[in-house]
Amino acid sequence: MKQMQVKPILILVYGNLSRGDDALAPLLLEQVQNLPETLLEKIECLTDFQLQIEHALDLQNRELVLFADASVANQQPVEFSQLNPAYDNSYTTHAMNPAAVMQVYQDTLKAVPPPCFLLTLQGVEFELGAGLSVIAEQSLSQATEFVTQLLKSPILEVWQEHCSA
Amino acid sequence: MYEHLETAQSPENLKRVVIEPVSRVEGHGKVTLLLDDNNHVKQARLHIVEFRGFERFIQGRPYWELPVLVQRLCGICPVSHHLAAAKAIDQLVGIDPENLPPTADKMRRLQHFGQVLQSHALHFFHLASPDLLFGFSSDIAKRNIIAVLGEFTEIGLQGVKLRKFGQEVIRMVSGKRIHGSSSIGGGVNKSLTKEERDYLLADVDQMIAWAEDSVALIAKVHCSNKPYHDEFATIKSSYMGLVGKDGSLELYHGGLRLKNAEGNTLFDHIDYCKYNDYIHEEVRSWSYMKFPYFLSLGQQDGWYRVGPLARINVCDYISTPKAEVARQQLMAITDEKMVHSTLAYHWARLIEILHCAEAIKDLLHDPDIMGTDLVATGVKRYEGVGVIEAPRGTLFHHYQVDDNGIVTKANLIVSTTSNNHAMNESVRQVAATYLDGLEITEPLLNHLEVAIRAYDPCLSCATHALGKMPMEVELVNAQGQVINQVFKSTSQGDIEKTL
Repeated sequence: MKQMQVKPILILVYGNLSRGDDALAPLLLEQVQNLPETLLEKIECLTDFQLQIEHALDLQNRELVLFADASVANQQPVEFSQLNPAYDNSYTTHAMNPAAVMQVYQDTLKAVPPPCFLLTLQGVEFELGAGLSVIAEQSLSQATEFVTQLLKSPILEVWQEHCSA
Repeated sequence: MYEHLETAQSPENLKRVVIEPVSRVEGHGKVTLLLDDNNHVKQARLHIVEFRGFERFIQGRPYWELPVLVQRLCGICPVSHHLAAAKAIDQLVGIDPENLPPTADKMRRLQHFGQVLQSHALHFFHLASPDLLFGFSSDIAKRNIIAVLGEFTEIGLQGVKLRKFGQEVIRMVSGKRIHGSSSIGGGVNKSLTKEERDYLLADVDQMIAWAEDSVALIAKVHCSNKPYHDEFATIKSSYMGLVGKDGSLELYHGGLRLKNAEGNTLFDHIDYCKYNDYIHEEVRSWSYMKFPYFLSLGQQDGWYRVGPLARINVCDYISTPKAEVARQQLMAITDEKMVHSTLAYHWARLIEILHCAEAIKDLLHDPDIMGTDLVATGVKRYEGVGVIEAPRGTLFHHYQVDDNGIVTKANLIVSTTSNNHAMNESVRQVAATYLDGLEITEPLLNHLEVAIRAYDPCLSCATHALGKMPMEVELVNAQGQVINQVFKSTSQGDIEKTL
């Protein structure tokens, strides 16, 4: 499919605004979209409930990709890592992992996917209708600051230096 | 029918097999089987184990929030909820469907066609095609979209791109692939720009061609083993769906039609605002999902099926030419007036993809789609009912508000609820036909899931935080001991045998 106004950097967040801390990533995107326009010139922002294989097509023609999601597994409010394509069984569910999306890109488009990073925000409560937990609010605040720094230097090597591990 | 398998006489003496959650469907349900010592099936049930309580969540909110709020019901069909709510809200602001500005009506239809197209593509190519292309009993490692992409690359990629196109239609209409807010009470908040229209037009002919190919594919698959596909999970039922004034297939707005298993029209052009006079919902103790039925026909005989097959069965024709040819081909597979094959749901689904692609092209060539008359206003009312044909079937949204516009009562009948009885019947049919008396194996259990998947049930809760939602399957013997257990972590998808 032809693409419209593809920008070199993609921020792809996923989560449900009505399910407590699952809203973290979409809320982060709202914060990002309020940043000065000079920081956003090369950025495309996408949001979805969950990742599916067609998101592999969203990675086309990008220089850098940032995935963001809430995570109950986080030990820190914000964790940041670079991803590699990986086979796992998440494609048998209705919610894929970003590394598996990269693998689909590699397998179907027969090309190396762009550098992709995952930012996870610590969440603890995911009930329908609930607001953000105190822990999640702290995560959101830190993540907004963190992403602002990333967007000031949208360079692969700089992002790699920010990785948690 | 197989209702004798709904409740076993002496369940305490039977073995229990649990599939939880059912995979490759949206949301979370489980199947339980009760077997005697010779593996004869004595009870088979599909349970919906999550309790949503979304209606209570809506109450107390201002009505104008609803089109946005209800989208969070589901990650796959948010547009359907958005539009059903919008139609109800239209009435709250005093606007009936025929008084909506043409641009608003057509923008909503365009969005809805995009929604149905992308949802059907997701279901068929991502979730169902592995069973149909590799076989119900094939290696479990192959029963997934990745394997389809590997072995049937063109088909898999076409599915991915069809879904992407549907999402792009939604994005052009609403600004986002999900959770856009294009519809408001009495209209929409934008029309298409020329650039947006041309962007979609550039690909629409390719989508129509791929949709035709997919119809040819399912026809070939079905007819490759016709007796089996005709009979698998098949039940004879009534069917309900919206139709246009002239009896045409209608996805966005029309009257309700009910046909019985013999093809006779029992109700026609029912005003959906009066649905409560016709449809009641029964509660059963073992499932959170209700069992709707037509009141005048009674609980025993009043249940019905909805969704793509129902719509094809109840309509007189389809307004777009290629889809109409495909409809006639499907209806010709039987000498009966109705196609009852449960697996024909897939065929009907692909015909609807073709119809949506054709209809999208027609709308993109309609100048109203770029019009400027977006919203109509009227006199406030206190009650509104919105009904559309969502991808999985007829979807009802019903609201009452107070003087301040606060929602005091909400009732939603989602498509999957209408298919609850039918899905249970199909599960019982498969259990009785294919599992009875046999050693239970994973491929056999997959047959039950294939039956459920044909209906494309949406049991979604849409929370997907990393590390959540594992899958567990257990086999319990007659003494209640767990004798086999398998666990799958969703975060990494690793499968481990835990017993």
